[in-house]
Amino acid sequence: MNQYLDLFLTFARIGGLTFGGGYAMLPMLQREVVEKRGWASEEELMDYYAIGQCTPGIIAVNTATFIGQRTAGIAGGIIATLGVVFPSLIIISVIAAFIQNFADLAIVQNAFAGIRVCVCVLIFNAVVKLWKKSVIDKPTLCIFLVIFIGSAAFDISPIIFVLLAALAGILLKNKEAAAK
Amino acid sequence: MMIYLQLFFEFFKAGLFAIGGGMATLPFLYDISDKTGWFTYGQLADMVAISESTPGPIGVNMATYVGFTTAGVPGSVIATLGLITPSIIIILIIAGFLKAFKDSKYVQNAFYGLRPASAGLIAAAGFSVFLLVLLDLDAFAASGNFADLVSIPGLILMAALYYFTAVCKKTKGLHPVVFIAASAVIGIVFRFGGV
Repeated sequence: MNQYLDLFLTFARIGGLTFGGGYAMLPMLQREVVEKRGWASEEELMDYYAIGQCTPGIIAVNTATFIGQRTAGIAGGIIATLGVVFPSLIIISVIAAFIQNFADLAIVQNAFAGIRVCVCVLIFNAVVKLWKKSVIDKPTLCIFLVIFIGSAAFDISPIIFVLLAALAGILLKNKEAAAK
Repeated sequence: MMIYLQLFFEFFKAGLFAIGGGMATLPFLYDISDKTGWFTYGQLADMVAISESTPGPIGVNMATYVGFTTAGVPGSVIATLGLITPSIIIILIIAGFLKAFKDSKYVQNAFYGLRPASAGLIAAAGFSVFLLVLLDLDAFAASGNFADLVSIPGLILMAALYYFTAVCKKTKGLHPVVFIAASAVIGIVFRFGGV
């Protein structure tokens, strides 16, 4: 299949199947992009997420642009991004036009309460996979714990964590090199 | 024509300055409401609720909704394009930069620190959903009864989903959407939302 079409359709599927924002997209990305198509490795996906956190814009869009660019250049980046927003355009326009009280419907509220449980489990499984690839020694374990606890317990912008972690990575590796 | 240009410009601004995910666009939407009167705060609250309970990135859903409310289908397309244009430009520049410097020791060492950070941030986001799903603080505060604090059906569904997605070899290879659809049905049948 045409690579651009494949990018568009894959990201449209990811956008249309993601419930609950950028983080909930991760299990879908792991399945569609890393495991099925090999467009990026688990590590690269993590890099894109980290950068997507501290650059302007929506994480899901930033990640789509990254993977599209990596797979098929600038046009690929644009097409993947258009793909990821396409289902939203259709679904939201239909709801906005016809169903004013969509979020108040009992069936919608109950379905989403069920979906949230599933999203929680899927994110947990995704984190386990990321953990295996990223927490490889004591310093990386420290970074993980500090940021997990800091981000879960305090209302601090992720940008600060991401910048500090990048700096820590550079300093730790420099120290390691100096010790050798 | 003017309203389309203005829509594009307002959402371009939100896409350029909102950092850290969909909800970060919310203050910009309040600002648009104040400045233009295209929609009220009450309408905005409905839009947020709908954006959270439909598939797709929340920020994109909100842009589409606001655009549609303001100027119909062309408005929804233009607002969404406005929102994603800064992302596309910035990320393409960074991606080009990364490609050029991917062998740089500094870039590689930065990623050594960034990867566990990324995992930690995602774990924290998952943890907040976990608390939301399992703990009913309102019911607990009202009754003071610990039995009201933890959602037992939620816990059972969670354990079952974990078994089928991560332990059971026959089912763990299934597409995530299978489990999402099953959870939606279970949520409806057992009234997980309490309505």
